[in-house]
Amino acid sequence: MRYWRKPLDIDSVQVPHGEVVILADRCKGCGFCVEYCPKEVLAMSAAFNRKGYHPPEVVLKGQCVNCNLCEMICPDFAIYCLPAEGAPAGAGKEGAQ
Amino acid sequence: MKADPLGVLTGVHYLDGDFACGEGAMAAGCRFVAGYPITPSTEVVERISRRFPTMGGTFIQMEDELGSMAAVAGAAWTGTKAMTVTSGPGFSLMMENIGLAAMMETPCVVVNVQRGGPSTGLPTMVGQADMMQARWGSHGDYPVIALAPQSPQEAFDLVIDAFNLAETYRVPVMFMMDECVGHMTEKVVIPPHDEIEIVPRRLTAQPPGEYLPYHSDDGSVPEFARAGDGYRFHSTGLTHDDRGYPVMSPECQDESVRRLVAKVRDHADEIVRVEEDGVDGADVVVIAYGITARVARMAVELARRQGVKAGFLRLVVVWPFPERRVRELAGSVKAFVVPEINLGQMVLEVERCAAGRAASIPVAHAGGGVHDPTRIVTAIVEAAK
Amino acid sequence: MSTPARTPRPEDHPIAPYLRMDRMPHIWCPTCGIGTVVKCFASALEASDLDLDKVAVVSGIGCTGRVAGYMNLDAFHTTHGRAIPFATGLKLGRPELQVVVFSGDGDLSGIGGNHLIHAARRNMDLLVILVNNFIYGMTGGQNAPTTPVGAKSSTMSFGNFERPFNLPHLAASCGATFVARWTCLHIRRLTKCVRVALRKKGFRFIEVVAPCSTLYARLNRLGSGLDLMRFYHDSAEIRHGADTRDVEIGYQDTIVCGNFVDIERPTYLEAMRTHYRERLGDRYVPMPEEGGWLHA
Repeated sequence: MRYWRKPLDIDSVQVPHGEVVILADRCKGCGFCVEYCPKEVLAMSAAFNRKGYHPPEVVLKGQCVNCNLCEMICPDFAIYCLPAEGAPAGAGKEGAQ
Repeated sequence: MKADPLGVLTGVHYLDGDFACGEGAMAAGCRFVAGYPITPSTEVVERISRRFPTMGGTFIQMEDELGSMAAVAGAAWTGTKAMTVTSGPGFSLMMENIGLAAMMETPCVVVNVQRGGPSTGLPTMVGQADMMQARWGSHGDYPVIALAPQSPQEAFDLVIDAFNLAETYRVPVMFMMDECVGHMTEKVVIPPHDEIEIVPRRLTAQPPGEYLPYHSDDGSVPEFARAGDGYRFHSTGLTHDDRGYPVMSPECQDESVRRLVAKVRDHADEIVRVEEDGVDGADVVVIAYGITARVARMAVELARRQGVKAGFLRLVVVWPFPERRVRELAGSVKAFVVPEINLGQMVLEVERCAAGRAASIPVAHAGGGVHDPTRIVTAIVEAAK
Repeated sequence: MSTPARTPRPEDHPIAPYLRMDRMPHIWCPTCGIGTVVKCFASALEASDLDLDKVAVVSGIGCTGRVAGYMNLDAFHTTHGRAIPFATGLKLGRPELQVVVFSGDGDLSGIGGNHLIHAARRNMDLLVILVNNFIYGMTGGQNAPTTPVGAKSSTMSFGNFERPFNLPHLAASCGATFVARWTCLHIRRLTKCVRVALRKKGFRFIEVVAPCSTLYARLNRLGSGLDLMRFYHDSAEIRHGADTRDVEIGYQDTIVCGNFVDIERPTYLEAMRTHYRERLGDRYVPMPEEGGWLHA
């Protein structure tokens, strides 16, 4: 993420980290998660799942911020995020908004 | 269990059939009615809409009959006894959701105060031409029970039986009144509430997680669970398995639809109810139902005075049809005479069961009035020759 | 970094408790938006403090009609167009239930139109989530009451010439007390909208525009559902409180989203009870909240 100026509280705010979990055999290759991940962490893989679709894969390891957008937007309940070990969970869950 | 006293208007009344039917429903524990006005049935819901607020009942006049039947089907899933009331044109509109109720195995009662048809027909005059429709009106194979009262007193008594049958077999029950019975005013005796036996909605004893909505141990009637009790079940009009989940396969269709139909077919002996008079040893048996039964009874009496050995069999439960009894009688009588206010509907069932061993003679009346008894007498006398 | 110790199973998905995982995967097409709407609804349920045993879902027939079959709630898959009256019966038969109608544009505004307008008129206490994909998907792509002018469908091969419904306007003018429209791209706003609606009473109507890839997009050569999502991204305009007369949707045109109507009015049951209490006084015996089930 590029800032036009450095935020004053940049030292106190911790960026959350997440781990993407992909249920490959549930994926129908729609591409929503790849398209809308704000950190562009995902890309469609060349692999096939059992149904012949291309599931996504994590291409920018360590960049997931646990925003849960992929989890929310996936129509097939095939992807979700978990907070990465030791990192703050972040305000990704809907309830806090 | 005994009837809820709030719903029982104990006493000796002078009521018309429609009002008596409404009273019977309230006595039976019905607490949800969704209806749409249609002559000659409207008085049933008028009565109910007036009395329901004093007994914890909810009446809603829906925007059409399709919505009424759908609302009844929905309300029944809360464990509430539900009913709707209509006549021919509305009956036709309700058919899809009657099928839904049959498929989802939703206990409910549909009252049809029959009038002259087809289509708009004779809105204020009697008919009995919806009898086959009561059985086959909706598409597909499904079970149905139908009753036909012949008086306001029976309109009260039998509608309680209708609700009890609906609960026992988890089917929609068609209460086939006719305009004459509906608009005739007679003495109706309503007993004290503790003399009225009603079958309550029985809930499953299985805990959530183990309960299967459409499983029955004896392959017959599954156990019920109310929406809101934590069972989180699924119910659908699609062909479904024990879990209530849709399964599109001929095997599932075969198993589930056969069980559905067998619910009534296999228990026909317990459900069938007829009233007989002088049938044993008779040469001619008159079979009738509803208002025609009262006219036919006089015809039978007149025929007997002319020396004919005439018997009388009244269909109280019309569907399932008393096949066994009619088959039995077909072996010993010369003929069945079937007067109906239609151009021959239940006579087809009689003919089917008689299988040619006895003649089946319709005495048709297209509608708008009751038979002249002498027409029936003529038919009986002719048949006895 | 935490890595799941074993291969993740579908049951591990955070939303699994709200779905019937034994029926997954669902039947909706790749790039269909219905699954996303279901996810938003389930997230809203999760964030609400409702007793989910008392939440019932009713669907009609159609692609969206299949939603009831996938939700882990008391769920009913009813006849075409009759989800709303069925839900009315459920609600009136057991007033403590929170009843949600989840169905499609053809089911609710076509064959079910009469029930939609009357339930709104009565301010029946129902939450209606109408997924609008502008077509009758399940039956193969026929023209719907919401198909925009010019769009092709299987029964309008040369493009639709019928004026479609403006659904928020229809609902609002009939008396709905909460009217909103979102697309299924607006995942967080939609979820929040559903959360707000779940807390309200009365007739709440949320239209969710969702892509239909196999029929609408294909018959109109609009690409896949992803292409339609990109289109929603570019053409959706959020205007809270907009006059519902101005939110018609033209073919591949602006989609005005937002919460349009949010008012308070007595619900059907509130009006009924108040009225009977006034007229009948002590003689009035309302149906209890637990419903009209009479038992020994």
